Amino acid sequence: MKFKTFFAFVAPSLFMMILFIALPLVSVLIQSFQITQPVMTQSEVETCTPGFLTQTCTTELKTVPVLDENGKTITTTEWVGLQSYRNVLQMDKVWAAIGSNSWSEILQIDFWKALRFTLMYTLLTLPLVIGVGLLIALTVNNAAKSLRGPVIFISLLPFIITPVVGALSIYWLFVGDGILTALMEQWSGTNISMFAQAWTIELLMYFYRVWHVAPFAFVIFYAGLQTVNMDTLESAVIDGANRWERLRHVIIPHLMPLIIFIALIHLMDCYRVFEEIVGFRSEAYVISLQWLTYDFLTPDDAGNRAIARASASAMLTMIGIVFLLILPLRRTWRDHKGGAH
Amino acid sequence: MATSKAMQQSLALRFSSAAFLVFWCVIAAFPIFWIAVMSFKAPRDAFADSPWDVIFGPNTLARGDGLSILDILVGLAVLYFAIRWAFTRLPGLVTRYANGPFTVLGWIVGALIYALVFLLVFFGLLPLILDPLNGLLGPLGEPVLGLTTQHYVAVWGENEFYRNFLNSMLVTAGVVTISLTVGTLAGYGLARSGSNLAFWLLILALIFRALPHSVLVAGYLPWFINSAEILRPIFGDLSPTLYGQPWAVIAVLVSINQPFTIWMLRSFFQNIPSELDEAARVDGCSHFQAFRRVIMPVMWPGVITTGLFSFLLGYNDFLVTSLLLDAQNQTMVPAIAGYFNRETTTTDQVEAVAAAVSITAPLFLLVMVFQRQIVSGLTAGAVKG
Repeated sequence: MKFKTFFAFVAPSLFMMILFIALPLVSVLIQSFQITQPVMTQSEVETCTPGFLTQTCTTELKTVPVLDENGKTITTTEWVGLQSYRNVLQMDKVWAAIGSNSWSEILQIDFWKALRFTLMYTLLTLPLVIGVGLLIALTVNNAAKSLRGPVIFISLLPFIITPVVGALSIYWLFVGDGILTALMEQWSGTNISMFAQAWTIELLMYFYRVWHVAPFAFVIFYAGLQTVNMDTLESAVIDGANRWERLRHVIIPHLMPLIIFIALIHLMDCYRVFEEIVGFRSEAYVISLQWLTYDFLTPDDAGNRAIARASASAMLTMIGIVFLLILPLRRTWRDHKGGAH
Repeated sequence: MATSKAMQQSLALRFSSAAFLVFWCVIAAFPIFWIAVMSFKAPRDAFADSPWDVIFGPNTLARGDGLSILDILVGLAVLYFAIRWAFTRLPGLVTRYANGPFTVLGWIVGALIYALVFLLVFFGLLPLILDPLNGLLGPLGEPVLGLTTQHYVAVWGENEFYRNFLNSMLVTAGVVTISLTVGTLAGYGLARSGSNLAFWLLILALIFRALPHSVLVAGYLPWFINSAEILRPIFGDLSPTLYGQPWAVIAVLVSINQPFTIWMLRSFFQNIPSELDEAARVDGCSHFQAFRRVIMPVMWPGVITTGLFSFLLGYNDFLVTSLLLDAQNQTMVPAIAGYFNRETTTTDQVEAVAAAVSITAPLFLLVMVFQRQIVSGLTAGAVKG
């Protein structure tokens, strides 16, 4: 295919990706070094309240935004360098905490709290998702043929469900004296509330993520299992390999490319953990990096959006994903170089 | 394929394997099943701490909303036949009236008509027939199972959830059509070009896919809010404010989805033998003609599968739609956040549950109809790519 035809085919898609992905990235980078604020002036305002005989008047200095002829606030944009990053990272507090050796204080700061949760969440759910997915695939492969269709159907439900709704559906099982909380209270004999401290919420989030993503891993592993070489497997049996050794030395090496693929996709998707925070309403206890940016972007009570801080935290989020993906991407790259391509 | 003797499994292993499978199925389906049950109960029953109260709904029953044994039997029978008909006769009807590129449209129209008729029969016709029958039957006609549809009526009627539903449909329909049109061309180009440029484009797309969406939205927001002033020199007074516009959100979601779409479509196109379009080229077609006449007729399975995933992205999105749309054009998923923000009474909570179930129901139907395509789509990227 000539370059010109290739370009003609790809152009619309490329145009959209440049306009709505690449350019916004540049824009975010620039915004993170700028601050846009309304211009404020100090003016004397006289407020009068009706009183007996004469009105009681007080004059005070107020800061009010300057309006242009259309009644809109005039804003200025200035370069502030790394100020927004400083506001997000709050390094002075971090150093103070390190100086006094109190690590838990670092985790009180929004950004570090979010970073801790996001990384732990991504890295801990990864082996769980792969393990549970593989287990389901192996058992489904073991089941009677007629059962496989319905089982795949049921397994797809948690995967396909709207993430917010999925998180909510688990939230509602536990909220207040929901049936599962009531059940646990009956067993333990103590009063349990699942949404009053961080670690129980986190536990439920781990459960939710595995519940939501394991079907994806399962379907891919299941397809991979169909192509396992039966002869190799049988000769392994004749050589005296037990079930566990066969799994370890025949099946898992065969599935390795798929495991890498799932790990890659999972790292990408799980790093943007966000819907769980909304569904479980855990803002006060557990937050994630993407939620932090979202929170800066939503207007506060005065209707202002903290665009500069959002941009700074967005850039920091991006740096994180780059670090996270370097390892699996390098492996894919080596495979590509060494492969039949 | 008969299992050879060497591969036979012990009874204990077979049993534990089956037990795990049952356990997984219960876990997978239970939360979804449970919110469906909750949504039909009076608030006190829905959030009762005993599961039996939630299922049988004594408080709902006490308020006079309930089903008798006759209702349940007839309802189940109608349900059974409706589902059977959907699986045996409906596909035939759809393929008879719509074929080729119109299959998808045919399915959508077919599913909508089916849903409408089903709702009419189930909630319109059945109560009309069963109410007098219940009165005649005496003890058999006594209500035993508490069940009420009042929350659905409240959500869809008073709270005007249908507006959000229509907005959702508008956004998803836009996302699916545009993302497929743009993505198919690019996917075909990438599959047929072995150049280094194509490879780097795919890598770039992979990097774009990894970006958290909030990063991108942070880039859009200031521009979208001020777009009327920024665009004024070009479009004059016609320049729109992009913030709150469904079509702006469609463009954003299409672009966010583009990396995934082109990867998936590329792997589908690679499975179509390139001899096919080479033959067309030998016969004198240009690349575009070959694409239109030879590739388009055989590409639909891959396109439908990719379309399903685009649909899911548009339909399930919370972050982009909640930040870029105003309350008036809000889609269903962010709208549900509004429910639990003002959730003051338990009635509000159950209405939120009903709204959640309403969002899930179309997805449930989607998996039912397109299970095979979804599975093939999931594996296409991984196994072959």
